[in-house]
Amino acid sequence: MSDDAPAPADNAGYDEWLDALADGEGYALVCPDGHGSLPPRRVCPECGAAALAEEPLAETGSVETHSVVHVAGPRFADDTPYANAIVDFGPVRLTGVLRGVEPGTDAVAIGDRVAVGVEERDTDGEPLVAFRPTDGK
Amino acid sequence: MTDVRVAGVGLTRFGSHPDRTGRDLFATAALRAFEDAGVPREDVEELNYGNFMGALAEHQGHQAPLMAEAAGVNCPATRYEEACASAGVAVREAVRTVRAGEADVALAGGMERMTNLPTDEVTEGLAIAADDLFEVRAGVTFPGAYALMATAYFDAYGGSREDLAHVAAKNHANAVPNEYAQYREEVSVEEALEAPPVAEPLHLYDACPITDGASALVIVSEEYAAENDVDAPVAVTGTGQGTDRMALADRDHLARTPAADDAADAAYADAGIGPDEVDVAEVHDCFTIAEVLALESLGLFEPGEGIGAAHDGITTADGDLPVNLSGGLKAKGHPVGATGGSQIAELTRLLRGDHPNSEHVADAEVGVAHNAGGTVASAVVHVLEVAE
Repeated sequence: MSDDAPAPADNAGYDEWLDALADGEGYALVCPDGHGSLPPRRVCPECGAAALAEEPLAETGSVETHSVVHVAGPRFADDTPYANAIVDFGPVRLTGVLRGVEPGTDAVAIGDRVAVGVEERDTDGEPLVAFRPTDGK
Repeated sequence: MTDVRVAGVGLTRFGSHPDRTGRDLFATAALRAFEDAGVPREDVEELNYGNFMGALAEHQGHQAPLMAEAAGVNCPATRYEEACASAGVAVREAVRTVRAGEADVALAGGMERMTNLPTDEVTEGLAIAADDLFEVRAGVTFPGAYALMATAYFDAYGGSREDLAHVAAKNHANAVPNEYAQYREEVSVEEALEAPPVAEPLHLYDACPITDGASALVIVSEEYAAENDVDAPVAVTGTGQGTDRMALADRDHLARTPAADDAADAAYADAGIGPDEVDVAEVHDCFTIAEVLALESLGLFEPGEGIGAAHDGITTADGDLPVNLSGGLKAKGHPVGATGGSQIAELTRLLRGDHPNSEHVADAEVGVAHNAGGTVASAVVHVLEVAE
């Protein structure tokens, strides 16, 4: 998606973040006290600090929880069933779809390491935060 | 500070009314609340009205003046939107207004119309209570978010789908005698376990239904009730509200609901009571796991202990601490923007002794209502006490 001329931003801050994540350059915003957040931000949501630095995300994160969605809205109609996960990357956690596994409650375990990237929704090709296992599962 | 009484309550039957407009649903609830209260409409000085997705479901914004008309009142009218806690915050504002002496009589409640939309559009509509950029675009649905919390809970504290099925069976059993409930049939633990998955680990009977309905309460000052000989034996003695980070991923705990902890702490402090004094509770069981999280935030069970409450018979109708005697959102139904008002209507009836399930709490004097928005980024807790 970043090979072509960039599409006009619908959600400035978020769109740039998603493009960076797709290029393997995902980041968190981190305030001087170490609180992490995701863009767009003017201040830290925890403490209000205005000095927010972009800090690169680690290459892999740790699964904190997961689920398998069977009933979805129209934008995910052709994606079901799919696994969702919340993954800890240190200063921030990310929410995304788990790819590269059969969706099931045992598709992944809490504490498993996964990599993050941007993939396409099956339903309409729109970009989506996606995780893939890194241990060959 | 003025003490606040619930003078009257009104509900529509919760369920599927695909042909009934929102204004007609709220008009019905308000009519019943005025009949119950014996308070004249012209004494109402404020309408506090909750609604979540009326702009999507009925293409209708600016609903407060419309609902003032429907209720037959002419006063300042405001709509409150806090997802599934919309009516809870509306009632809270009515309580605060009457307490502050700004009004002697307020009408509060809410309405939601949902079954006129196809299920996938309701699913998408409910999802707008989550963070659009970082959750909805990542595939998180409303059941999916609670499924993430359930997995995290099982990992942190233990528990099983069977424990959750006991919550479903309990609340369905409670709804059987309730004339306002959407589902008045029992569901067994086995049926709940065998139902198809919605968002695993949650299955069909872990989830509340899609519901149309409205709730209305006539809230008055103690002085107004005394001067006008209004029978209003139940007082609202505590109110509290809490807010958390919007996205589940940004919370301190994935298996706890700190916003509800804050709301409960504030409501108990306001009422001058502790959780050990609570006799009966109506809590926001949009999913079975949500009832567990609510019990723990309310301080009725320690973190990790709420999961066994239904299974062990503590929160069943005949248990020591009956929870969701109305049937809860689970079986009574969940018209999102009406639910917070409905919980207080049900608690009022339970404490007054005119609820079909009042026999289970004949000696109860203190009730607590817990209403949550989204994945509990918003929470409202009220304490009700028998004052006379």
